[in-house]
Amino acid sequence: MSTRLANGGRLLDKGRKIDFTFNGKRMRGFEGDTIASALLANDQMMVGRSFKYHRPRGVVASGAEEPNGLVGMGTGADFEPNQRVTTTELFDGLTCTSQNHWPSLDFDVGAINTKLSRFLPAGFYYKMFIYPRPFWKHVYEPIIRKSAGLGRAPDQRDTDTYEHFYAFCDVLVIGGGVAGLQAARAAGATGAKVLLIEQTAHWGGRAPVDGGTVGGQPVDKFVDEIVAELAAMDNVTMRNRTMGAGVYDHGYALGYERVGDHQPAAKGPRHRLWRIRAAQIVTATGAIERPLSFAGNDIPGVMLASAVRDYVVDFGVSIGDRTVVVTNNDDAYRTAITLKKNGLDVPAILDARVPTQDSPLMAEAKGLGIRVLMGHGVSSVQGGKRVTGVGVCSQAGEGAVLEEIACDAVAMSGGWSPVVHLWSHCGGKLIWDEATAAFRPDVDNAPTGAKGEAFVTPAGAANGALSLGNVLSDATSAGAAAAKAAGHTGDAVAVPEVENIDEARMAPVWMMPQGAGVKKRQKAWLDYQNDVKVSDIQLAAQEGYESVEHAKRYTTLGMATDQGKLSNINGLAILSDALGQPIPQTGTTTFRPPYTPISMASITGEARDERFMPIRQTPMYDWHVENGAFFEPVGQWRRPYTYQKSGETIEQAVSREVKATRASLGMLDASTLGKLVVKGKDAGKFLDMLYTNMMSTLKPGRCRYGLMCSENGFLIDDGVVARIDDDTFLCHTTTGGAESIHGHMEEWLQTEWWDWDVYVANLTEQYAQIAVVGPRARETLEKLTGDDISGEALPFMAWKDITLGGIAARAYRISFSGELSYEIAVKASEGRALWDALLAAGQPANITVYGTEALHIMRAEKGFIMMGDETDGTVIPQDLGLNWAISKKKDDYIGKRAQARSHMTDPTRWKLVGLETVDGGVLPDGAYATAEGKNANGQRETQGRVTSTYHSPTLERGIAMGLVLNGPDRMGEVLEFPRLDGTVMRAKIVDPVFFDKDGEKQNV
Amino acid sequence: MKRYSAFAVAREALRNHTGWERAWASPEPKKKYDVIIVGAGGHGLATAYYLGKNFGITNVAVLEKGWLGGGNTGRNTTIIRSNYLQDPSAAIYEKARSLYETLSQDLNYNIMFSPRGVMMLAQTQAEVRGYERTAHANALQGVKTEYIGPQRVKQLVPIINIDGPRYPVLGAIWQERAGTARHDAVAWGYARACSDMGMHIIQKCEVTGIEQSGGKVTGVNTTRGTIGCDKLGVVVAGHSGHLADMAGFRLPIESVSLQALVSEPIKPCMDVVVMANTVHGYMSQSDKGEMVIGGGTDGYNNYTQRGAFHHIEETVRALVETFPMVARLKMLRQWGGIVDVTGDRSPILSKTPVDGMFVNCGWGTGGFKAIPGSGWGFAELMAKGHSPLTEAYGLNRFYEGRFIDESVAAGVAH
Amino acid sequence: MLILTCPCCGVTGEETEFHGGGEAHLKRFGPGSTDEAFHDYLFSKVNPKGVHLERWRHNNGCGKWFHAARDTVTLEVYGTYPAQTTQPPQSIKDAISAKRPGWSWREFA
Repeated sequence: MSTRLANGGRLLDKGRKIDFTFNGKRMRGFEGDTIASALLANDQMMVGRSFKYHRPRGVVASGAEEPNGLVGMGTGADFEPNQRVTTTELFDGLTCTSQNHWPSLDFDVGAINTKLSRFLPAGFYYKMFIYPRPFWKHVYEPIIRKSAGLGRAPDQRDTDTYEHFYAFCDVLVIGGGVAGLQAARAAGATGAKVLLIEQTAHWGGRAPVDGGTVGGQPVDKFVDEIVAELAAMDNVTMRNRTMGAGVYDHGYALGYERVGDHQPAAKGPRHRLWRIRAAQIVTATGAIERPLSFAGNDIPGVMLASAVRDYVVDFGVSIGDRTVVVTNNDDAYRTAITLKKNGLDVPAILDARVPTQDSPLMAEAKGLGIRVLMGHGVSSVQGGKRVTGVGVCSQAGEGAVLEEIACDAVAMSGGWSPVVHLWSHCGGKLIWDEATAAFRPDVDNAPTGAKGEAFVTPAGAANGALSLGNVLSDATSAGAAAAKAAGHTGDAVAVPEVENIDEARMAPVWMMPQGAGVKKRQKAWLDYQNDVKVSDIQLAAQEGYESVEHAKRYTTLGMATDQGKLSNINGLAILSDALGQPIPQTGTTTFRPPYTPISMASITGEARDERFMPIRQTPMYDWHVENGAFFEPVGQWRRPYTYQKSGETIEQAVSREVKATRASLGMLDASTLGKLVVKGKDAGKFLDMLYTNMMSTLKPGRCRYGLMCSENGFLIDDGVVARIDDDTFLCHTTTGGAESIHGHMEEWLQTEWWDWDVYVANLTEQYAQIAVVGPRARETLEKLTGDDISGEALPFMAWKDITLGGIAARAYRISFSGELSYEIAVKASEGRALWDALLAAGQPANITVYGTEALHIMRAEKGFIMMGDETDGTVIPQDLGLNWAISKKKDDYIGKRAQARSHMTDPTRWKLVGLETVDGGVLPDGAYATAEGKNANGQRETQGRVTSTYHSPTLERGIAMGLVLNGPDRMGEVLEFPRLDGTVMRAKIVDPVFFDKDGEKQNV
Repeated sequence: MKRYSAFAVAREALRNHTGWERAWASPEPKKKYDVIIVGAGGHGLATAYYLGKNFGITNVAVLEKGWLGGGNTGRNTTIIRSNYLQDPSAAIYEKARSLYETLSQDLNYNIMFSPRGVMMLAQTQAEVRGYERTAHANALQGVKTEYIGPQRVKQLVPIINIDGPRYPVLGAIWQERAGTARHDAVAWGYARACSDMGMHIIQKCEVTGIEQSGGKVTGVNTTRGTIGCDKLGVVVAGHSGHLADMAGFRLPIESVSLQALVSEPIKPCMDVVVMANTVHGYMSQSDKGEMVIGGGTDGYNNYTQRGAFHHIEETVRALVETFPMVARLKMLRQWGGIVDVTGDRSPILSKTPVDGMFVNCGWGTGGFKAIPGSGWGFAELMAKGHSPLTEAYGLNRFYEGRFIDESVAAGVAH
Repeated sequence: MLILTCPCCGVTGEETEFHGGGEAHLKRFGPGSTDEAFHDYLFSKVNPKGVHLERWRHNNGCGKWFHAARDTVTLEVYGTYPAQTTQPPQSIKDAISAKRPGWSWREFA
């Protein structure tokens, strides 16, 4: 059984006991434990079930590479699935539950799949469930979906907070093991600004577990010293619990800091996402031990040798009383030696190699009395939910059992793979290292940055340097080189002296035993979580899925939550062997960020709820809120759609607003309209190019409605242009167009007509604009001003500077409703004051504030087009009967050439008309007018469509505008518009101006 | 070809699966074929398949510079829908969707078409009108869609937040017969069926030049020698411009990077596909349990199959706003693909200035859902010189100003 | 996430400060031009795998348009220069040639 030892546990504070529960069972650990170490200390070896076969799964690793130990943590709004037990620190009151089983972890009906596993090889679902057709949707898929999926979906809103940090540095060092510490020291000594991040809570990585001496003292003392030294340096920032999640283009890197995971009651954010911009990045990300592929290597109790050692040294936890060590390299001997020194039994070390002489570690193990069987391996592991023994065989043979050894743990080591993820994210290339049988960074093909410079340097084990001495010398030069590349050439640091222990060369062992038969290969796991076995990869190769990506996708190797950290190299070695080609030719799959999964909430940061996107507010926004505005989002603005009074429906409110405005007086907050000032000697010439009409002939003091097209000919915006003086125009744009049209103007000015004397400024937010609309508009304004605003002094389509209620204002006599109408612009800071003054002055006229829907209805009653309704990006001015607004005198304007293309001049283009329903009802939005027959693709022919449609409170009937084939020539014809419910509405083609055709109301 | 079935799997299980044959052969290239398709992605393989199935043209080679299905076919978010506004789009996407329905049976390969339904949320008044218009158009195009209200949205997707403070859900266009499929399987299934018809799928064979004689295509130069052909179909997504260059003409295409991401797998919590265009996010749950999330494109030419992280931030923000529970999930993996974007964001299936050479490209962010329809129409175009499905997608439309613009439904703010 | 330096205000900023505007050094064809010329001007954009001359706007900054010489495969930025020119300055051409001998881009190779 696994248990807590009386001694050891360098990371524990045994004075602080911590209570937690697993599947409702109360357990106890110590401060410093991970969930994994605490579970193991409580003899909880089995922690979950695998994805496909629902096989029992135990902890296999001690770090980020763990594929099995995933639990659901917390309750209610704190619940989160798939938390990795090896990297989650224990805290008081932690509750967690195992995943992917029913009804319980110990008894899982899904485990029937393991009995059926021979019928469920790689890719079985591509070959099955094909017939009968409806069964996939209704039977097979629901079953498959339910049995897959690991953790339970959270069902509540996350109540924690998250934040983003920006950081800039010369050298970012990722990884706080001895390599990272030494690289940071070397970089820091030059004066470079260094940021050092480490994913765990501890500095020094696994060096203190592996042991060794630096400068004549134990390596953990060396770690303490260097940490203290770095902490004292002003130019070095250190952050633990911060993982390097990704490396992106031009030196952008992502750090993922788990601020509150280990102290959920503490104030502050739970996670912090660091957006780091570094001139140079050092990846000191260490290496990950590989499993060995032998039958039964997935049974709980089979663990990486390094993990077994970690649990003893770091947490004082023994995995078993009797541990068989199986290896192809020297490092696993350290585990055997550690176990032995801690009073635990190691019945044998099975070493697949046949060395000619003993290395120092072999000699030390033998000296401790450990039995070492060279040239041997595991034939198969015995046990179900827990290891009970191993069959020993000769590595060279087919697996005949020479001896059975009873044990309750197996520590395996297949060698070490450098963690090359962060090196690879942004395009760093890899080379195959024969000596260590691993891919390591090809330092001559590093990721390149904005200037084409290499900006990532691997260091230490991540660069394939495995012994302590090599790690420190590699890290010293990596840190110095990165600092130099970032422009810092200050002091150099010396490489610390290390007493190197020679290790015998490892031997690549991809299959154990070498000649394992198919029965064994079907039980030799590569990917523990996704249940991919050696036989699956071989089947993929047999069936022609030869590319490493094909094999991965066909078998799902490496697609689990660990993204193949344990399985990928073993898998592609098996694939290469099956294809009879060298491993480098097979290559690797692509490494993608993040290194380990990061919370979505951390990516969101603070931008949630009200802060999801900025809200733009006009100076009158508070008034709208206080007066019952029903808002609609328009770009980043929220505009009042209507103002509901109590008891009113939205439709009733809109109707009231329209009627009151037409009858007496209405008022609209028009501040969101774009207001662009165009100024300069060539301003008129410029606007002549921008608008389809002639603007240069406009007289100061006058206004003109203008249309703007894209160079591709389509309408993009419209609005009223006012000429302020000879050199100055004010162009109104639509609300949505303010920024884009400003950009459009700047683009042409700066990139095409840069020699013209024109300047543009976007003053949209500098002015509040209020439309005062209706028959009693003038008399109301006259109460607030002594200026002459009579029809003669301020005629239609003119503007004038006046003083209104003591506020300097500019009054534009323009109308989008067909009423007598003034748009009043004042400084934004005085908008609310004027608004209030107008409300007061308008009382006798029953002033009624209206929203965007009333605005739309009134313009439709007058047959005025609306951008986004009558236009949709495919409509040209000629379609809308706006030829009057297209100057015939101009040689050129933006869009003119485009409008000369054959499809644009096609007489069969649909044209704007009014539509009047036969029964007075309202046509549905977006309805199409049908024509006879079907096209070559069997689609019903059409001859027109509705562009905007409303119930007109003024006319008390439905009115609509639409684009219709030969529409203007077909006045009086009745068209059919099918509704979505299958019924058909009939509407007559009429003039689009429904109300006050002669404009008598506005021209007073 | 050995048929796939539950029985076949059981039979093979008894002999430890030693009897499975290659899904597709790995032949040496011949000197000449009737038709060469460049690009063994979904569209290229589907083209080859329908050339054989519908027109009996089987002396076909499909050349692939990498591994088949390794481009955008294997990098997309697997959504299949046909609720498009414009007639030519609705025609080709609905053809594709209907072919997807029976594709597993046609190919004898389970591509796991899952008609779980796709909804596109309306979160502004402009979107409401746009989707109502689309629903009307679809009714006349023979595409079954409906416009639904927010309560129905909530009923279909319990994890959605319809009362978001910024963009409450006002409604949605709902296509019940739309859904997803297993993307790799589409390429593999077509490849297996093509190989079975005797066609040659030649991987790791990069085209380096296009041979012409008197304005007519005669073959291609490749890293495995020169291969002759009578007709040439170029179906290479992000690399189309490059191939056109070789033939001496330019395409109205630019290549940009499009990103996507997946969460860790969780138990089923969302049975439909949801797209939210106002906030730029869409999401579905794969059969493995991962939430599959589509992101945005970069605004610049990019051939790196990577993208900038700020697009991921925008996408995830939008999703957390729409689906609050997403906050408690973790991002497992993000990736990018190169998509080719045309002047009107609609694809090109067209003859070219070179006689006998055809291009199928410009699918932008929407190619996967079109694969069977695109292959069907493009095969017809290559075999007969015209096809009603591809009629509107010619290169000439950019000269005439006759665009197929689907961004219309998104509306323009007033 | 790219880093660009605006040649107008001198600020080096992240991609999010800027807005890409596609191919640079376009020659505008207006009324009177052939369909062919107008089509090519609007749609036949170069789409190089490699050196690209393109337009950017510093839209969350000084607002100015400028040009960048950038590699679409490695994303290296060879240099940025003001938009008010019909071809890149010799120093930028030299910078590209130093890294990519024999490069070509339309007529400005």
